[in-house]
Amino acid sequence: MIKGLEHVLDVHPIFAGMDQETRHLIAGCGKNVVHEPGDYFIREGDEANVFYLIRHGRAALEVHVPGREPIVIATAGENEVLGWAWLTPPYRWHFDVRAVEQIRAVSIDAVCLRAKCKADPAVGFAFYKNFTPLIASRLDATRLQLIDVYGQPKAAPEPELESGPPAKPAPPKPADPQ
Amino acid sequence: MTYVKDGASLERSKTDDPMVPDLYEVKSLLRELDDTFTLTVSLPGQMEQFRFSPGQFNMLYKFGVGEVPISISGDPGATGELVHTIRNVGPVTDAMSYLRPGDMIGVRGPYGSSWPVEAAVGKDVVIVAGGIGLAPLRPAILHCLNHRDQYGDLVLYYGARSPSEMLYEREIERWRRRGLHVEETVDHAEPSWTGHVGVVTHLIDRGDFHPDKTLAFVCGPEIMMRYAVQALTDSKVPDTQIYVSMERNMKCALGFCGRCQYGPVFICRDGPVFPYQKIAPYMKTREI
Repeated sequence: MIKGLEHVLDVHPIFAGMDQETRHLIAGCGKNVVHEPGDYFIREGDEANVFYLIRHGRAALEVHVPGREPIVIATAGENEVLGWAWLTPPYRWHFDVRAVEQIRAVSIDAVCLRAKCKADPAVGFAFYKNFTPLIASRLDATRLQLIDVYGQPKAAPEPELESGPPAKPAPPKPADPQ
Repeated sequence: MTYVKDGASLERSKTDDPMVPDLYEVKSLLRELDDTFTLTVSLPGQMEQFRFSPGQFNMLYKFGVGEVPISISGDPGATGELVHTIRNVGPVTDAMSYLRPGDMIGVRGPYGSSWPVEAAVGKDVVIVAGGIGLAPLRPAILHCLNHRDQYGDLVLYYGARSPSEMLYEREIERWRRRGLHVEETVDHAEPSWTGHVGVVTHLIDRGDFHPDKTLAFVCGPEIMMRYAVQALTDSKVPDTQIYVSMERNMKCALGFCGRCQYGPVFICRDGPVFPYQKIAPYMKTREI
């Protein structure tokens, strides 16, 4: 194993609190990879047997829509983890992933890691314990995106008009400080 | 013009009725986005006396339609004109979107509290803006950039719905060149967008600033502010160092009518900029 790889795992937040032996075990499943800008290195529906610790660059998660451009629904950048579809069966990617910039990352072979977690439940527990908050934060972020917080609110009425002609019937809108 | 401005306070001559607006002339109207425009007005010969602090607002009166409170979004260091960036969300702002140079509107103000740019001297300033919320923060950004050597790191985290709905795009590039670190994010994008996609709070989570010596200014939809404040406190920024700008429907802007009452405070008189700690309990209270 390359020593540099183990160092990456030593300082990455996703491995915080894990002992050196566990990190060493996980590092055995990893390798350095590079993806050039524009490369689609994950495709929706493909088997999800890897995840990435991005060291440099940015990746875009895309949903392809027939008849129009793909929609970018999230990005992942430096020091972030990309991919958790490998955690749960049937281990399929749900999105395409494209390199927006050149990406240098550590890819972790999930088949290898799942086998090590199964062989040693303590490793599995430590890993899942650290990975679960990541999943929860992604879920929270997705919920916030669903709320569409920047859209125009529909409930608040505008103040009554003091003069002039009555307002045209229209959906109530706010007239708050902007 | 009879305003004598001293900090956030405002005095008018005794003969003036504070509910009577001054007549301002429209100098220009710039389309920023499909539903957002920037209105520049002036009171010829008297603008030199008009001073405002970043974060304050004016009451703008479209005669025959109505009056609305709008934050001032111009440069507090510049005199000669008043700048407001306005989102078209109702009959009054819709009527204003048709104004042309030479038209007249009524202006009362400036009103309200301001971003604590003086208290931030010597500190890092983290500005978190969502959507149209960048407009009330623009004077604070310009003030900090005008006095760049007085501040530590200046950071702007700006979130919008999509790249085509981001305000002041060209100006943001100029701000970058003047020493503002800008991170932008959108809720969704097309492939040509090379920035972040995700919620603005995520930028705070991975931000690189010194929480102990940071003052944070937050403005945007209230729900976004709640989550942004949470992300800031999770990043160890003390809640005593976080300021938010609130909005509610207003009528008099003088603290008389009670229309904008928010818990025990009036947004127009005690706000719109509040230390988060002061209003934290009410931001968590339903039906306020």
